[in-house]
Amino acid sequence: MQIIQSRIRNFSIIAHIDHGKSTLADRLLQRTGAVADRDMKEQILDSMDLERERGITIKAQTVRLSYKARDGHEYILNLIDTPGHVDFSYEVSRSLAACEGALLLTDAAQGVQAQTLANAYMAIDAGLEVIPAINKIDLPAADPGRVAEEIVNIIGGDADDVVRLSAKTGEGVDDLLEVLVESVPPPGGDASAPLRALIFDSYYDAYRGVVCHVRVVDGVLNAGQKVRFMATAENHEATEIGVLTPGVKALKTLGVGEVGYLITGIKEIDRVRVGDTVTDASVRAAEPLPGYDEPKPMVYSGMFPTDGADFEKLRDALEKLRLNDASLVYEPETSKALGFGFRCGFLGLLHMEIVRERLEREYDLDLVATAPSVAYQVTKTDGSIVEIKSPQDLPDPTDRQSISEPYVRAMILTPTEYVGPIMELVTNRRGEVGNMNYLSSERVELDYKIPLGEVVFDFFDLLKSKTKGYASLDYEPAGYRVSNLVKVDILLNGQPVDAFSAVVHRDKAEDYGKTMTGRLRKLIPRQLFDVPIQAAIGGKIISRETVKATRKDVTAKCYGGDISRKKKLLQRQKEGKKRMKMVGSVEVPQEAFVAALRVDDD
Amino acid sequence: MTERIGAYVHIPFCSAVCPYCDFAVVAGRDDQLERYLAAVVLEIRRDRPWKPLDSIYFGGGTPSRMPPSMLGEIISALAEHHGIASGAEISLEANPEDFDDSTGDALVESGFNRISFGAQSFDNNILLQLGRRHDANQISRAVDTARTAGFENVSIDLIYGTPGETDRSWLATLDHAVACGPDHVSCYALTVEPGTPLGREVKAGAPAPDADVQADRFEMADRVLGSAGLSRYEVSNWARPGRECVYNSTVWAQGEYVAYGNSAHRFRDRVRSRNLSRLDGYLAAVEEGRPAVAAEETALVGAELEIDRLFVGLRRSIGADAGSGGRVLLESPDGERLLAAGVISVTDRWIRVDRPLLTDEVLRSVLALDPGSIERAMTVEHREIPDNVLGNA
Repeated sequence: MQIIQSRIRNFSIIAHIDHGKSTLADRLLQRTGAVADRDMKEQILDSMDLERERGITIKAQTVRLSYKARDGHEYILNLIDTPGHVDFSYEVSRSLAACEGALLLTDAAQGVQAQTLANAYMAIDAGLEVIPAINKIDLPAADPGRVAEEIVNIIGGDADDVVRLSAKTGEGVDDLLEVLVESVPPPGGDASAPLRALIFDSYYDAYRGVVCHVRVVDGVLNAGQKVRFMATAENHEATEIGVLTPGVKALKTLGVGEVGYLITGIKEIDRVRVGDTVTDASVRAAEPLPGYDEPKPMVYSGMFPTDGADFEKLRDALEKLRLNDASLVYEPETSKALGFGFRCGFLGLLHMEIVRERLEREYDLDLVATAPSVAYQVTKTDGSIVEIKSPQDLPDPTDRQSISEPYVRAMILTPTEYVGPIMELVTNRRGEVGNMNYLSSERVELDYKIPLGEVVFDFFDLLKSKTKGYASLDYEPAGYRVSNLVKVDILLNGQPVDAFSAVVHRDKAEDYGKTMTGRLRKLIPRQLFDVPIQAAIGGKIISRETVKATRKDVTAKCYGGDISRKKKLLQRQKEGKKRMKMVGSVEVPQEAFVAALRVDDD
Repeated sequence: MTERIGAYVHIPFCSAVCPYCDFAVVAGRDDQLERYLAAVVLEIRRDRPWKPLDSIYFGGGTPSRMPPSMLGEIISALAEHHGIASGAEISLEANPEDFDDSTGDALVESGFNRISFGAQSFDNNILLQLGRRHDANQISRAVDTARTAGFENVSIDLIYGTPGETDRSWLATLDHAVACGPDHVSCYALTVEPGTPLGREVKAGAPAPDADVQADRFEMADRVLGSAGLSRYEVSNWARPGRECVYNSTVWAQGEYVAYGNSAHRFRDRVRSRNLSRLDGYLAAVEEGRPAVAAEETALVGAELEIDRLFVGLRRSIGADAGSGGRVLLESPDGERLLAAGVISVTDRWIRVDRPLLTDEVLRSVLALDPGSIERAMTVEHREIPDNVLGNA
């Protein structure tokens, strides 16, 4: 069937977690007949996501729907999914580049959230038509009038034009489809120009190799066509092309404006660059499409196997994870305390937690992760600038002129009553208070500049607890600034433990030292000798605690009747001790590394 | 491994169960004494006859709950079946309240030559807290009575570190104990065992013994008893020279011993095994002609035997011959750490634990030794010994 360019609508749904994106996607699939009622299960796209994790099925994050509109014409709707979490906002930007429209979905009771707002701005900046819609109007707490006001205050327009629907009951879904058809512009592009298709995502499938998600911007992509990946300058054959409906449907042709998948037989994910342009191998386009910035890691942490023998296993596991997560970067790192491991870069704390959990759960690894750190820029005395991803790498004070730290622009949306506590928190975190923008009389958008290092630990948790969960946060890089930063080392029995070193602001060094030594005193079991725990800046001790030597570790009785039992008991205790890491001559439990670095309420 | 052999007889009967006790004991079952006696005698007679015993130890429970004549029947059965070496130590655990003039004489008559009193404390408040049923005065009287009856070898058991005990109270207890003129004293840190009434109380929030306080009390005991001429020869045992408990010394020297009664443990032909724990189960098994053994380990050979030797031997003040196991230990990271911290030392191929309160740390390292390394060390050792020394055995 010939697809008419003017009857294509490419759009994303932007929504906060739990605002009903998945349910709406289900409803759209059902309403357009993509999935028969009898096959309908909850959150179809998400359940396929899980399969994708296991590497066996297609990532169904784009889906093609066909919809017969009230004007009597048949339209192709390409729904391009977007992740909701701030860590993955770069993925949102990729998806948006393949669309002409974005559906801004907001919960009728909760109102606009920071991430939604950030993504909506991103859509507007990308020149997309933003279509506001309010979901969950069937909820008793729904206040669509208020939420519509908030939305209009952000993106402009008329509150009466905001679509109101309930994905759960289906109410308003037909209206939404009509609005999509009417408001989202059809894709532009020149069908007769040389092929230019944007790779906006890719993933690794164990059976089929690398699968690319593409948006044909100009020209036509045919099955069997010899294509060229412009950035990598490699030629390949388009062995299979097609669309997801959501089942895989191979096609002969993807025309201008269409969205689909492309398989070329490439087996290594590293050989496909997301953001690259696919053109014809012989009739090449003159210019590639504007690509993407590589996602830059924001947070770094060392990952070390508890059992040194698992180093190779960890390397294999990271390689496998990277097949489907190009944003994960890592390089070998050696720690005196923890042995051989990898310094890993993550998009954020959630990303870090996910990777760590997958490594432990799916690859059966037991890991110790060091304190998350950001990347600092150090200007050395000779004027050169080096980037430092690990506190250990910080040049000596005599070799450096200054240290700069990354700042972020943090956007916080909150009910007005919590502005006070939030300002206190931000100030406490060396933040710079900026604009306040009232979305309505009850909700306000706060715009701050905060050092990233202060955000990545517990900022979000504290924000949530200070606002009873009502505030939401989004942030974006906002450059580097010179700060009065120092490296605080933690010494166990006189030996620095690199895993506990941290770069902190001078004014907070004493607090950090005191907190860490205090925690470690509680976490490190008594040893055969007194263990001093010190925090130091250079050679200067700023805090000290002592774990007193064990005085008594002996069973009172061991007579003829006790031997077998005592043997078993002591053997069990010894097994327990195997989970200890030797740091110099001090036995440190695995849990101590985790617990000492955990940010809690003390 | 010593050539001396021993016998252990378990007497589970008690007038009441102490709250801290986790041994196989029964209270209010004295009606079973005769039946139990018969079963123990039967178990002895069914056992493979051995060689004359160098020591016999009656433990419990409260062995003194059993009348002396009945205890005498057990000694006779052992003498008939295995034989008893001349000068053998025949020892009884006794509670002070069970002891009067006639008991003392009757016990000597039955063949006992050593008595160990469960004194625990000379502080009546502590005795009450420990659920004991005697007072301080009864202890001194019982020791005097035993001496009058002719016991030349008297021991006193004490417990320290009971919550509520003070340094002063403990020192007073030690002074009283020394004043009784014992040949031997055992001092045990009060240990909270799960499943005991004390264990449940502590779990519910009652004060638990403090390890640092117990360490202080141990040091006090070592000082006071040492100046009274009693030297420590094991983690919890002090004796006048030559009065070390023969039976227990046999155990710690990896010597072998037979054992009878419910829950009794033995070590014979390098096999450690134990009897059925519960009184009724034990009685039924013996009476029905079934074995009383509940569990049996495989015979200790090679590295396992070597590890076992160090495990039991290193609790002694003299320590243990390093042997191949000891040499592997000393070369291991654990061994180096223990040497560096002054926990152990080596002199003339003997390993000693110099900080006895950290013995478990040493024993955990012993248990974790690599059997393969020990086997290799043993092979090397054998090769070093000239052929003519090995003889034809």
